[in-house]
Amino acid sequence: MSHGEAALRRLTERVRAAAAGGEQLDIRGGGTKSFYGEAPRGAPLRLAELTGVSNYEPSELVVTARAGTALAELEALLAEAGQCLPFEPPRFAPGGTVGGMVAAGLTGPARAYVGSLRDFLLGCTLIDGRGEVLHFGGEVMKNVAGYDVSRVLAGSWGILGVICEVSLKVLPRPVATATIAFDVDESQALAQLSAWSAQALPLRASCWTENRLILRLAGAESAVRAALARLGGNRLEPEAAERWWDALRDHADGFFRPSGAELANGDCLWRLSVPARTAPILLPGRQWIEWGGAQRWWRTTAPAVVVREAATRMGGHATLVRAADKASGAFAQPSPTVLTLHRRLKLAFDPARVFNAGRLYPDL
Amino acid sequence: MTPEVAAPPPAANADLDRADRAARQSEVVRALGRVVPAAAILFRHEDTVAYECDGLTAYRASPLVVVIPETEAQVAAVLSVCHGLDVPVVARGAGTGLSGGALPHRWGVSLSLAKFNRILRIDAASCTAAVQSGVRNLAISEAAAPFGLYYAPDPSSQIACTIGGNVAENSGGVHCLKYGLTLHNVLRVRGYLADGQPVEFGSEALDAPGLDLLPLVVGSEGMLAVTIEVTVKLTPKPQLARCIMASFDEVESAGAAVANVIARGIIPAGLELMDKPMTAVADAYVHAGYDLAAAAILLCESDGTPEEVADEIEHMTAVLTESGASRIEVSRDEAQRQRFWSGRKNAFPASGGISPDYMCMDSTIPRKRLAEMLRAIGVMAEKYDLRCVNVFHAGDGNLHPLILFDANDAEQMRRCELFGAEILEASVRLGGTVTGEHGVGVEKLNSMCVQFSPAEREQFFAIKRAFDPRGLLNPGKVIPTLQRCAEYGRMHVHRGLLPFADLPRF
Repeated sequence: MSHGEAALRRLTERVRAAAAGGEQLDIRGGGTKSFYGEAPRGAPLRLAELTGVSNYEPSELVVTARAGTALAELEALLAEAGQCLPFEPPRFAPGGTVGGMVAAGLTGPARAYVGSLRDFLLGCTLIDGRGEVLHFGGEVMKNVAGYDVSRVLAGSWGILGVICEVSLKVLPRPVATATIAFDVDESQALAQLSAWSAQALPLRASCWTENRLILRLAGAESAVRAALARLGGNRLEPEAAERWWDALRDHADGFFRPSGAELANGDCLWRLSVPARTAPILLPGRQWIEWGGAQRWWRTTAPAVVVREAATRMGGHATLVRAADKASGAFAQPSPTVLTLHRRLKLAFDPARVFNAGRLYPDL
Repeated sequence: MTPEVAAPPPAANADLDRADRAARQSEVVRALGRVVPAAAILFRHEDTVAYECDGLTAYRASPLVVVIPETEAQVAAVLSVCHGLDVPVVARGAGTGLSGGALPHRWGVSLSLAKFNRILRIDAASCTAAVQSGVRNLAISEAAAPFGLYYAPDPSSQIACTIGGNVAENSGGVHCLKYGLTLHNVLRVRGYLADGQPVEFGSEALDAPGLDLLPLVVGSEGMLAVTIEVTVKLTPKPQLARCIMASFDEVESAGAAVANVIARGIIPAGLELMDKPMTAVADAYVHAGYDLAAAAILLCESDGTPEEVADEIEHMTAVLTESGASRIEVSRDEAQRQRFWSGRKNAFPASGGISPDYMCMDSTIPRKRLAEMLRAIGVMAEKYDLRCVNVFHAGDGNLHPLILFDANDAEQMRRCELFGAEILEASVRLGGTVTGEHGVGVEKLNSMCVQFSPAEREQFFAIKRAFDPRGLLNPGKVIPTLQRCAEYGRMHVHRGLLPFADLPRF
């Protein structure tokens, strides 16, 4: 039995014991996203033994890695072969793992232009709440055999089972990139982003804040050159630009990290996910816009009900990302019908409610 | 061969005789008559015969009743009535599916969504379109064309197949290597659960609160919900597309060329492989201008700005030549590009023209195994004494071997089924899957026993129960029962963790 199989067996035994004893487990990776969502509860279930890249062949555009593998290690391996995780998962802090990345399902600045983490997930090995090891999807690009269980795990915050190993589609790093900036107000920026999105442009990220719209272009040399000529704007120096996008991806700016004192004053970090065409949202505070207008970050002291209403009215939803008090709920609730499906799915995977109780919704 | 008819619903009994079926039929017709006009209900044999199969014509069953509602309220009411009476419901779009996903249930209602054929909104500012589920795939691109946009997934049946069917099957097409499958191009699905409750998955925002249920619903083959409306993502039309036709003297080198193209960091807009028998059949059908002397040809497409396409075509040409291409022809203009693709897109009907029947397989394997797989299929063709032509979405590793046979010859039919099952088993063993884009339906139920363990299949059933506790939506499809797998008697190919935790770097 390999090291991995032995570690897997120990995990299944732990899960079975917890299920039999009515114990709750808190699945732990690097703990870099424990601030996100509802507070973790239960005894830690660590996946530190489950590490390593199991399979990587650049010409197949697929990598398979165990859940406890450091995200930094995976990204370094891909970079050696000139490839990347195009969905740019946010890292927030060093030490994040592949399993945590998938469980959180978060996607970085490129989201509107390349797709989400979920879109790149091809397969998984999972331990369900009965302690069964299950395998769904695989390492191939197209696979419609049975329900697409692995993709539901993206953003499931561990409530359905222990993600043990995942296969991800990877892509070549773009040959050329360039970053340009425009001095425009919010309305102009949103109008411009909307117009550009309907054109065949090599867009790879967009961000507006403090009357400055910053665009990243990426693709073939000639495509980037042509787009630069067409769009104008002020070109940023490449290395500084790369650092800037990394900082945005990882929420390095103080905007995304309110201090203890600010939080104590009721200042919160909200994420509003809305249709890209949504007109400027009026809230007190400061805003960063990403994803061509589809993701709007707010630092505001506005009451939760006001922020949620602003998002819902536009056909979107709001997540309370950082706050001193998340009593109003970190995540927006789906419709009652869909919430019923959540409850039934939770029981379908984890009948004894072993995993990550309350991490997504307090009663789930 | 007996078509797989699902276990009857609890209210019905397997040994109900013809009289019982007639009684059940009039009970259901009466109940439906209270919620939809009489003209929307078909139940006489001569009226329902057109609904007996989908694109997989070898499997047929007579539906108890066919209902063709016109309004959403009627759809909800039909579902609610069927739920109350424990009647299975099989939703149906254009009936072009290739795995029997829309095969009627002998004790069930076939719910035709043909009247839901309106394009509700094309929103150029957000690059989205809201369409009803019965809208044809190509009609979306046609409606979006004035805005310079199109709907990217393009299954070969795109002139006929509906978006609702595409959602059910998570359909692909020749351009999904670069542009993704249906799932990647759908933002929101609205419809009804088995009991008639309205439900919505996804959002016009880029994510929705809670678990992401869209990937469960897309590709669920009509077993979790009935789709009525879909919001799709539209893609800006590339300024230019050009296609390379590369000929190879050996199938192996064509397979290797596919891996080489991807390994060099190129993601072609399309990358298709056809073997010699296939090009002969397709060219005879549409005169696509294929190199009929080649052992295999590759169609390799580039799209984008004119500069980008020029660079990429040059790069692709170099890689294909290094990989041993004996001849390279680049489409000179749009007409020639369309002609190259017309042969590929007509591969299935063309095969129908040279054989009474064909069975189209749909497994996916790692790209590097393409040549090995083609050789194995050649050996199987001799073993089963049947012809097989091969057309592959090579860039995705998705195979469509077409086994040619005569369904009126029971012995050929039997050999064809064994041949198909052996291809699927070989695909699973090579690290692939039994279906890449056509779905399991009824056709690949047995092969699911090979790909999934009993615990995995039970997890699928548990998901089904979460959405549809009474098991009324399209019962008997996709997930084989334990008993069926026991009867099939083939072993599940075990896949735990992959064996090598630490690879050598390269």
